Amino acid sequence: MSLITSGAAVSSAALIPHRDPAWRGRLLWMGAALALLWPMLVATEFKPWVLWDAGNLKPTLHFLGSFLPPTTNPEFLALVARETWRTVAIATAGISLALLIAAPATLLATRVLSISALRGRMARAPALLRQAVRWALVLLRSVPELVWALIFVRVVGLGPTAGVLAIALTYGGMLGKVYAEILESSDTQASETLLRNGSSRLQAFSYAVLPANAAELTSYTVYRWECAIRSSVVLGFVGAGGLGQQMDNSMKMFNGGEVATMLLVFIALVALADFASSFLRRALG
Amino acid sequence: MPNNRPEAANAPYRLPPPLFDARCRACWFTAGILVLVLASFWSLDLQWKAFFSREAVASMGRFLGEFFPPDLSPTFLQKVALGAAETLAMSALGTVLAAALGLLLALPASRKHPEDRSLWRAPTRVLLNALRAIPELVWAALLLISAGLGPFAGTLALAFHTAGVLGRLFAEAIENAPPGPAQALRAQGVGAGRVFAYATLPQVLPQLISYTLYRWENNIRAAAVLGVVGAGGLGQLLAFHMGLFHMGKTCTILGAMLLLVALVDAASFASRRWMTR
Repeated sequence: MSLITSGAAVSSAALIPHRDPAWRGRLLWMGAALALLWPMLVATEFKPWVLWDAGNLKPTLHFLGSFLPPTTNPEFLALVARETWRTVAIATAGISLALLIAAPATLLATRVLSISALRGRMARAPALLRQAVRWALVLLRSVPELVWALIFVRVVGLGPTAGVLAIALTYGGMLGKVYAEILESSDTQASETLLRNGSSRLQAFSYAVLPANAAELTSYTVYRWECAIRSSVVLGFVGAGGLGQQMDNSMKMFNGGEVATMLLVFIALVALADFASSFLRRALG
Repeated sequence: MPNNRPEAANAPYRLPPPLFDARCRACWFTAGILVLVLASFWSLDLQWKAFFSREAVASMGRFLGEFFPPDLSPTFLQKVALGAAETLAMSALGTVLAAALGLLLALPASRKHPEDRSLWRAPTRVLLNALRAIPELVWAALLLISAGLGPFAGTLALAFHTAGVLGRLFAEAIENAPPGPAQALRAQGVGAGRVFAYATLPQVLPQLISYTLYRWENNIRAAAVLGVVGAGGLGQLLAFHMGLFHMGKTCTILGAMLLLVALVDAASFASRRWMTR
């Protein structure tokens, strides 16, 4: 510490205690946390020293060493470009199929379009229907897309079809549930007025509910498209095509240069999707 | 949109905001999306025929039929419970490690006071972005080489990805903390470490904890499937038994996964409601 500040420290030494006054409590909580952590360390076989084990360290260093230089021969770059497009295409096709699930489910699930609810409580049958649709959406959403992909790879074989279906089902559930919530949290005065004056539900939806919520719905969809690109890479690891599958192949052959190129392309792709999505969402206001 | 318009006497109707101000930009936007969607469907050789043909539907039905009855023998249920516990432990430990590493990286990644030169800010942020951009599953596949098959690789994978996410959030929280207390201590000549520990950290700690809990919730879901590349937990059981076509056992594991995710969702919903009440 310099001379100038040490003068200030001496003059205020009486005010600043030299030891943390709460050190006992802190030590106690630290100990309790460690005691809680111990069974977890056992359960996860947490042995960091295996990383420095000669049998593991050598292949790791060799693999990391082969990252440089990244593979850049034109043939491989063309392959990466093709697979990158496939990754984007799987995400886009998956999201558009997900919309086919989500849009009708939203119309069925949202309370805003209930005619019987105008009179206070919703009638029993429509309430049951809405709850059933909502549960179906939650079920679709809570099976991770990777599990859907594993199942579909078994049924339709390796290839992008499994990935598209997996994204469609999981994201269909996700979009449907959130769409319904967005519509319900919006101002319902306009749709209520239309419904009370005898317009049909679809009319009330397209002239009151949709215009008021279009920006938010689109913005959420764009955000989910960005997420779908990320997950379509991951789906490739179970054989659903795209960049992930190539990455898996190269990793299994310990070809570090190819892995490095694809990781860089992937990071760039995610950054680009992130940028496009935030630009579009800002434009939507 | 320019701000110098006169105020309307009545509040204007809330119309959807213009897409790009100029209407034609919106047409281009819509056309672009249409082209993207059509090109996607066209370029992927999707085998709808194989999927919707009669035999495919029959084989799908047979496949789903094999799921039942699920294997509910006590020994196997015990194995699944162990897998679920392993998943939970992986997610919890991974999140704790990530919070520690994230805080460690957030310190150089934040500008703590106006005179702070923070030379490391830009490089650390690049590192955080790289950690964050690679998904957990890719981390797990990479780490299998050095950490071997098993939950340890999964834990590290969760820790690395989450450290990137949390580090960035933590850095922003630290930069946005009210500067008063830290300035007071600095003016007394207290060193940077103690300024952080006694002025900045107590202020941002609640926020850091809430970010960490939120990521833990996400990580439980991620940890459940991480195992399909061989990184432990329920996912590894799933990949193993599905690979051997033990469909009854697969069904039990899927049920356990759904239950775990539903429990986490319910717990998070309940705690959120309890805290905001």
